[in-house]
Amino acid sequence: MINLTVNGKEYTVDASEGIPLLWVIREQCGLTGTKFGCGIAQCGACTVHLDGQPVRSCVTPAISAEGKNITTVEGIALDKNTLHIVQQAWIEEQTPQCGYCQSGQIMSAVALLNENPSPSDEEIDAAMSGNICRCGMYGRIKSAIKRASASLQSSTIF
Amino acid sequence: MKKWTRRAFIGAGILAGGTLVIGIAIRPGNRSSKVAGLIASEGETVMNVWLKIAPDNTVTAIIPHAEMGQGVHTALAMMLADEMDAAWSKVKFLEAPADKEYANFAVAKGFIAGNATFPKFIDETIDGVFLTAVKSLNFQITGGSASVRFTGQQAMRIAGAAAKSMLMQAAADTWKVPVEELTAKNSIISHPSSKRSATFAELAPAAAKVKIPTQPKLKSPEEFTLMGTSLPRFDIPAKVTGEAQFGMDVQVPGMKYATIKAAPVFGSKVKSVDTTVSPSQYGVKKILNLGDAVAIIAEGYWQAKTALDALPIEFETTENSGLNQEGIMDSYRKAMDVDLAEGNLDTHFKDGDAATALEQAAILVEAEYQLPFLAHATMEPMNCTAWVHDGKCELWCGSQNPLGVRAAAAELLEIDIDQVTVHNQLLGGGFGRRGETDVMKQAILIAKEVDHPVKLIWSREEDTQHDVYREATISRMKAGLDQSGLPIAYAHQFIFKHHPPEAADIPYSIPNQLIQYSSPASHVPWGNWRSVDHSTHGFLTESFIDEMAHAAKQDPFAFRKKLIKDKPRFQRVLDLVYEKSNWGTPLPANWGRGIAIAQSFGSIVAEVAEVEVTFEGKVKVHRVVCAVDPGFAIHPNGFIAQMESGIIYGLAAAMTGEITIENGAVAQGNFHNYPVTRMNEAPKIETHIINSGNPPGGAGEPSTPLIAPAVTNAIFDATGIRIRQLPISKNDLRASIRPTT
Repeated sequence: MINLTVNGKEYTVDASEGIPLLWVIREQCGLTGTKFGCGIAQCGACTVHLDGQPVRSCVTPAISAEGKNITTVEGIALDKNTLHIVQQAWIEEQTPQCGYCQSGQIMSAVALLNENPSPSDEEIDAAMSGNICRCGMYGRIKSAIKRASASLQSSTIF
Repeated sequence: MKKWTRRAFIGAGILAGGTLVIGIAIRPGNRSSKVAGLIASEGETVMNVWLKIAPDNTVTAIIPHAEMGQGVHTALAMMLADEMDAAWSKVKFLEAPADKEYANFAVAKGFIAGNATFPKFIDETIDGVFLTAVKSLNFQITGGSASVRFTGQQAMRIAGAAAKSMLMQAAADTWKVPVEELTAKNSIISHPSSKRSATFAELAPAAAKVKIPTQPKLKSPEEFTLMGTSLPRFDIPAKVTGEAQFGMDVQVPGMKYATIKAAPVFGSKVKSVDTTVSPSQYGVKKILNLGDAVAIIAEGYWQAKTALDALPIEFETTENSGLNQEGIMDSYRKAMDVDLAEGNLDTHFKDGDAATALEQAAILVEAEYQLPFLAHATMEPMNCTAWVHDGKCELWCGSQNPLGVRAAAAELLEIDIDQVTVHNQLLGGGFGRRGETDVMKQAILIAKEVDHPVKLIWSREEDTQHDVYREATISRMKAGLDQSGLPIAYAHQFIFKHHPPEAADIPYSIPNQLIQYSSPASHVPWGNWRSVDHSTHGFLTESFIDEMAHAAKQDPFAFRKKLIKDKPRFQRVLDLVYEKSNWGTPLPANWGRGIAIAQSFGSIVAEVAEVEVTFEGKVKVHRVVCAVDPGFAIHPNGFIAQMESGIIYGLAAAMTGEITIENGAVAQGNFHNYPVTRMNEAPKIETHIINSGNPPGGAGEPSTPLIAPAVTNAIFDATGIRIRQLPISKNDLRASIRPTT
């Protein structure tokens, strides 16, 4: 058993046999916002942050996350009533369709904007092309990132 | 298509606690024979709905369709609320349970009323409604782009209008004023001249006693206040916080996890497997030989998957074990040859004498096309949680066909359907795949071996290799043109006809048509893939009409327009896409534009793709302009999202989508060898809607069939190379590139 810190909370989990972080987060921590899509880091649905860096949790051994801050989609809102600026932009653009990939999309977008608050179209493409959306909402995802970027410029929260 | 007769069975009454309920069941009548086949297979048989007005004046619409991102819950609630003039902020929805249960009055009443007891009078009215509904009930499915077209038009709007009519009558009776002097707005009925007003909830008890209208008057489009606006969707907030619960996310107390490996060759069986659990298999609870598959139950998915990957399993060799893709396609060609030679081709459509006209034609155009099998690749891999206990079966899954799931479960377990409960969840993509019941049946077979719930999760590889595939097809087309380039004959032979049956029809006025098909046996299971047969025929007919235009030395837009002279809706759509795409204006070297148009699921769509073919022979789709006449777009932003979605889904298939069979099994397994469109490959999409005032058409499917031909026609425009085989990635375009100057 090891201790993991997910969204600031401690969890004691079974990380034996090389189990990927994804399954620990979903099945042991009970946080199901992070999704299983492919299992081989091809689709990005399982994206979480390790110390702020985006990783594909389906190929990240849980044990390697020990001692790091793990952030999932459930942990990015400021509080229950104040969504993250990226989440707000996602709602304003009415981005999701089926929604299954969106946790991963949002986590990739948050990481991108943390690194680069005003990305160009090409930079957005480069950061987001590891995240598949089978509903094809790429145009709306891009618009939402730009909207969030614009909000960041006029915001003092971040 | 003939219009369906509107036959509404409406019942109403007040529950203990003051909630007014209105039940309505609709049965379509007067179906043309062409539509009947569709209905029988798609289950668009009975649409029913309940609405509730609670004492706090909230209106709840109960919606018998699954949400898979198409915004159906929002759009249908809007249709009901608009007819009713309900305040949108006080409108809620509930997804109805699997329909037969929902239409089974005892359970339905429980669902509506909770623990409240129905008064006697309401039993009579509501039971009457549902007795009629139950008798004619088939099953309820979300598919065929049907929710808004049928449930919305035929049930939601009528329910809303009936409720309003009853509330108005109640107000007129109470205030002793003519009903014509009343107005309804924001869930309040007012009598302006006497300055009296009352909320829906206040009028509900009296409304329950007025005569129930059988054919309430619906609004005309000018009177709509909600329909035609883009209200925020109900389902979106939970989808950005991670709270939205998909089938994959269900957690049932005591649940364990399972995964499965089915015989790779369809129809094959397990020959041998050791089902003894060894201590080295970490976390494993049970190994099950299901006959055609092996499943492992474990503490978690990862433990089950790891053990299953390491487990030696021998599968039986069958007559299909040596089959490969080329062999299958050759067998399709041969079947068509034999059927042709022996006069056994089935005729889909015949008009005039195509054979003679082809002989007399000045210009003959001929082509053979080939399309591959396609997997659905929904974002959420297949899964189902099952609990079989005490002669009952409980299932948690995301299904486009929850009642079909119930029926399948009851049959499999040989129990009464009333003993099966389906808790339908959000769907992480459907596209037709989630109308199937295969994964649910597996989950039941696994769960019935243990005394606790089991969540069965398919790996992405299992999902790719055990799909029900869009059929591969071979198509042979011939057209004859006269001296002036006018088509005088059209002949088409293709493999497999499923539905909708009209998919192979062409909108063009061409005399002397003969459209025929063959249905050779294939061991590869087929299923409904977004837009079903339109996904093949859109490409076939819209590629070939382009070939005809080229042979006639005419502009592809102008050629099409001439042949749809008698179809004003098509003409408007074509003109709009022409204008918005800047058709005919110059493009850089090695760029091209392609156009395609078709009607499917009640909507007419035209698309123009703007494409660049690079020096490496790579195709880059820069821009897609989409013009569409859906009759009326209930939720324009949602409708546009569906057009975009259908285009990207179709584009992925056109560019790289290909499932191939090797040694009887699917060769692809995951997104690395079944690639789909990503953000850096996605074109800019512009959608333009024509609200023509016709009955609403579908949204979820009609844009998919046209993107492949729009892109390949654009590639022809750019390079002179005609793509007759999909995916595009199979074609070498390098030789075609003209050096830029």
